[in-house]
This record gives sequence, structure tokens and C-alpha cells, in this order.
Amino acid sequence: MKPIIKVENLAKQYRIGMREAAYGTLREAIVDLAWAPLRRLRNRNGNAANHTIWALKDVSFEVDPGEVVGIIGRNGAGKSTLLKVLSRITEPTRGVVELYGRVASLLEVGTGFHSELTGRENIFLNGAILGMKKAETERKFDEIVAFSEVEKFIDTPVKRYSTGMYLRLAFAVAAHLEPEILIVDEVLAVGDANFQRKCLDKMENVAQQGRTVLFVSHNMPAIVRLCPRVILMKDGSVAMDGNSRKVAAAYLDTGLEMTARREWPIVEEAPGDDTVRLRAVRVRGGDGRVTDALDVRERISVEIEYDVLRPGKRLSGGLIVNNDEGVCAFSSADFYPESIDNQDTSFTGRRVTSCEIPSNLMTEGTFTVSVAVYAIFEGVHTHAQTVDIVGFTVFDPIEGDSARGIYTGPVAGVVHPRLAWTTAPPVSGE
Amino acid sequence: MSESLIDTEADLNSRHSPAHPEPLALPEEPLVRIQPSKSWVALNLRDLWSYRELLYFLAWRDVKVRYKQTALGVAWALLQPLLTMLISTLIFGRLGGFGARTGGIPYPIFVFAGLLPWTFFANAITTSGNSLVGSANLITKVYFPRMIIPGAAVAAGLVDFFIAFVLLIGLLLYYQMTLTWNLLLFPVLVFFTALLATGVGMWLSALNVKYRDVRFALPFIVQLWMFVSPVFYPSNLLPDKYRWAFALNPLTGIIEAYRSSLFGRPTDWTALGVSALLTICILVYGSYSFRRMEKTFADIV
Repeated sequence: MKPIIKVENLAKQYRIGMREAAYGTLREAIVDLAWAPLRRLRNRNGNAANHTIWALKDVSFEVDPGEVVGIIGRNGAGKSTLLKVLSRITEPTRGVVELYGRVASLLEVGTGFHSELTGRENIFLNGAILGMKKAETERKFDEIVAFSEVEKFIDTPVKRYSTGMYLRLAFAVAAHLEPEILIVDEVLAVGDANFQRKCLDKMENVAQQGRTVLFVSHNMPAIVRLCPRVILMKDGSVAMDGNSRKVAAAYLDTGLEMTARREWPIVEEAPGDDTVRLRAVRVRGGDGRVTDALDVRERISVEIEYDVLRPGKRLSGGLIVNNDEGVCAFSSADFYPESIDNQDTSFTGRRVTSCEIPSNLMTEGTFTVSVAVYAIFEGVHTHAQTVDIVGFTVFDPIEGDSARGIYTGPVAGVVHPRLAWTTAPPVSGE
Repeated sequence: MSESLIDTEADLNSRHSPAHPEPLALPEEPLVRIQPSKSWVALNLRDLWSYRELLYFLAWRDVKVRYKQTALGVAWALLQPLLTMLISTLIFGRLGGFGARTGGIPYPIFVFAGLLPWTFFANAITTSGNSLVGSANLITKVYFPRMIIPGAAVAAGLVDFFIAFVLLIGLLLYYQMTLTWNLLLFPVLVFFTALLATGVGMWLSALNVKYRDVRFALPFIVQLWMFVSPVFYPSNLLPDKYRWAFALNPLTGIIEAYRSSLFGRPTDWTALGVSALLTICILVYGSYSFRRMEKTFADIV
């Protein structure tokens, strides 16, 4: 089949500081100009490559009409840059993209919404910005309003809307675009669970209509649900491209182990007091490797390594696990008699305590872990404490043997334990 | 769990091979080809034309929003030139003695006829000069020809212009000026003023993305430009020796032509021709440098 999107050796170079130091001043330009000849001399032996980074490096892929392709990767892997190039927001440095259909890109919902304008006015404005013709917007107007569920407030300035209403209206406009190619970035990361569901359903609809969709998200379940094919980006290149479950599984193994491990090599800088100093906190998977990407079906251990500087206290480790919305999933501390009573209070030196989170307890998502070391004896005293110090992502490959079983949709709750279900046989005689 | 448990493995699989109700017939040639552009970039008028509705909607938004939450509302479009007219009549007309040099035209309408295009032009280059920076959220999220943004800012100014124009017609009748066929030139002049403002505005807006100095320089440029343009004085007041230098200001010929069109005086075609030529040069240069800088807007705005 002839591809509808053809990307060939696409590369994009940024000058370092270009994105951070957003703009120069005229004075700098003039000073620059004066120094330019000198700098050129210097650059002959130095290298200009030092001042640039490649956000995309020779990216090539093709997408067939009707395909729904997910794009995943860590922050800075080049996903956003790729989308920006495909949406023609920024130009590539090298390479060619050929698009054989009309493109609409949704890098944000509500782009160009003006708070002073009414819902009705914003529908037309936003429609025009997204490339809809006025006649088209008029034709779909009632449908858009119905989808957004803000009929009553359609002639109220959107500045009086609640966040939810605003988002619903914004997404409603976007959802009624009818391009041949739809490029979507993280729009589902906003709004409440109901709204996210609605968005996902709509996206699924779009996909089923045979249109081509490129979908970038951190929302792994959504990606696996919507996209048969996934492209994994790493360091600006395509690291993997294929079946979504396989790629998603591989994504786990490319864990950068950045947040899964925190160490304090200098004791004076470590969190704690003159009795206890934290030295390391690690997240380990079922096989003992330090990782921030965990299969929902494996055990997770959080390891707290600390120095006991002064003897005399009975110490306990503790942790709090929060999800990415800041909601506490659970907390736990080692205040159990068996570990308190037998403690050697004369001990000083390094100690490692770890907490095991059972398999099939967590739900999919990103979690942060805060840890503490307490002394419990006539009340609890906190000796060392550090908030959101490590983190991990839990992923469910949906192979049928996790807590969700064969169900593939979204699940409610901050944890999703695998519980025992029994169904009693019908009681006869009733 | 509030979700309906409808998904089964079979259902999942059917999702993963979406039915193609209508096989898409792809065009032979790509609709869009994205690649690094050459240093000389074409204007891509076709693209601009296909986004003309966006120009309208952005201008419409600016107009709608401009006087929101103001007590006087659209009256501002009348008050500004009216008050300037009164003050300048007192200062330049009476005290400065320009009133005697207008060739028999009452100074208030003489100055209003100059203020009309000037106010439009000054507002247009100020708003369009700041327009790109103010639309950073659009530029980094959606594609459309970027020229639409400064263009819409100029277009939005036309509304105020026409409101003030109605007032001017009233003033002309009040001063019992006879309207002549010269008035036919008026729409052409408006068109050229808008073109000139677009050319200057485009260039300034693009420069503003890179160098925020423009924002500070703009009010100053506008002020200086006003003094070298024949807004408060007739250009025949200038010594002949320096006339040519003032003719290099494209507004000189245009403002004078506004007056001859409104007051039925002979048009200085040479001056207007020079202005028109300069306007076109500025427009071409403005759009060329805009297109050249456009490539990096999203990266640096």
C-alpha cells in the first residue's frame, strides 16, 4: 500500500540555549557582530557542534492510510520535536516529509481560545485556527455544542467557565475536525477521568473511520488500547517500531534508571540529623535490578540505605507512595514488634532496610516515593525524611494474567490489586 | 469500578485492525512536502489564500475584544482623533500659525484629514509589530501562514478607521466643504495605507520575535514618524531644498493625497507615485524578511 505519511532522514538541530534563552537583544546582536570575525578564527580549531544539539537524528518511517500509530519515548527523546515538524510548526534541518492528505494537529486543546469571547464565538475562532472553513463549522455547530455539554452557557464568555467546561468545549471543536491525518499530543493528559474517557472514545471513533492517526502520549494503557503499532523514540532516533505490546515491553527495558536510584555520597549533605543519615534509596524490580519501569505483575522493592551515627535508638523505615496526581496510594512503616524488639540498639554504621510491594497491587501510572527513618519509643520521632525522592512507572502489558484480566479499558482507583473472586453455585430451593 | 467491563480479548483484536469503510484514494503528489526551505522563500500565496478566513476571524477577534470591559467602548475610536484635533487646533493652528498655511481649509478638518490615516497607520504598526510575540501560544501549537497574524492586526484597525471616517464626513458637512469626484481616490488611498502598514508591521513583528527591543523602540519610532509626516502641517510648509527628503517618507504623498481627495484639491501625482512605489518596495522587503525569519519563530518566540 502506498503510505500516506512518508518521513525520510528527518533531522532537526537546535542551537543550545535557543530554546532556553528565548530571544536575544539588539545589543547582543551588535556585540556579536563585532566579535564574529574573532570567533570564526577561534572556531576553526574549536567545534561548533558544541553549541548545537540534534533533537531528531535521521528519523525515517512510513504510515499507511488508516493506520493508528503511537509514539512513545522519554522526555527529550524527540517526540515533541517530531510532532512539531510534522505539524509544520517548525522546519526540519534536513530530510523530507511527504503528506498525502490533509493534516490537523492537536498539540493542545483550546489553542487560540480567547477568554473574553463567548463559547459560540470561540468555536468559530478555534475552528478557523484549526483549519476548518466557516461553513464547515456552521454545519457542525450543533454537534459540537452537544458534545461539549455546555449548551446553556454557549453565549457566556468562556472566562466564566469552569476548567471542565472549558476543556470539554475546546476538545469538542477539535474532535469535529475531519482531516485525513490527525496528529495528537498528550491532549488526554488533561481533565477528569470522565473527560479523558470521552476523548479516548472519540479518538477510537476517528481511528475506526479509517483515518490515519499519530498519537503521542505517556498514557501507556491508552497507547496500547488505541494503537496497534507503536514507534519508540530514543535520543532523537527511532529505537523501535512495531507491534504495540512488544514495543511497550521494550520501552520498559530502556528505563533510564534516573529516578529509581538516589544516592548521597557525602554524608554531610545527606538528609537526616546527627543520629541517622540517608545514604541511598533504590527501587528494584522482581529480579533485583534497579529500575524505574516495572511490570504490574512483578514485585517491587524500595530499598532504604542509611547510616546510624549514634547508637541507642530503635529505628524503623517508612515510605509514602503517591501517584502522579499527588494522591497518596498508600503508606507503610516498619513499626512491627518483630523488627523493633530484636533491634541491636548499640549498632552504628550502614544499614539497609527494604519494603516489598507485592505484585499485582499497583495500577498503571507513575508513582513517586517519599521515605523516612523513624525512631519509635514513647512516640514517633522522625530522624531523616525526604519527599518524592525516587519514582517509578508501572506498566501493564495486558496479557490477561494481571489484575485487570482480559479487560483493556481504564480502571478506577489509585491502586488496582488482584483480589480473589468467587461465585457461589446457585442455592437450590429458592 | 464505574467503567463498563465490555472489553474482551476478541473485542481488543477487532479494535486493532480497524475496518476501512472507504479505502482512501491517495493523491499522486503529496499535498504537503515538509523540508528545509531555501534561503529565498516563495511567498506561497495559495497557502495564504486558503487561510483567508482565519485572517477574518483573527481580525474579528481583535475588534470584538478591543473595547470589551471599557466604559466608553467604541467611542474611543472617535475620542482619540477628536481630542487630538482640538488640542492641535489650539496649539499648532492658533499658536503655531499653521492655520494660515492650509490653503483656505479650516485647520480642524485639515488636521483631522491627516490624523485619520495617521492614527490608523500608527495603531496598525504598533499592534501588528507586537502581534507575533503576543500570539506565541498559537505559533508554537498550530500551523498556518504566520503573515496572517500581523495582517489581521492591520485589518482590525480598519474598523476604527471607518468609524473615524464617518465623523470626518460629518465635520466636512459642518464646515460646508463640497465633496468632489476626487473622493473616488479615497478607497485606493486606504488600500495603500493598509499595504504600507502591513509591510512595516510584518517586518517589525518578525524582528520583534528575535529582538524584543522592538517593543521599546516602537512608540519612539511612531512618535518620530508623526513629526516627519505632514499630519499637523501642510507639506508645502517645508523649504523646497528638503522637500525631496520628506518625499522619501511614503506617508507624505499618501497623507497629502487624502487631503486632496477629501477637499477636492488637485492631487500631486508625482508625490503619490513615489509613495506608492516606496510602499510596494517596503511590502516586498517586509514580506521577504518575514518569510526568512518565519522559519525560526516557533523555536525562539
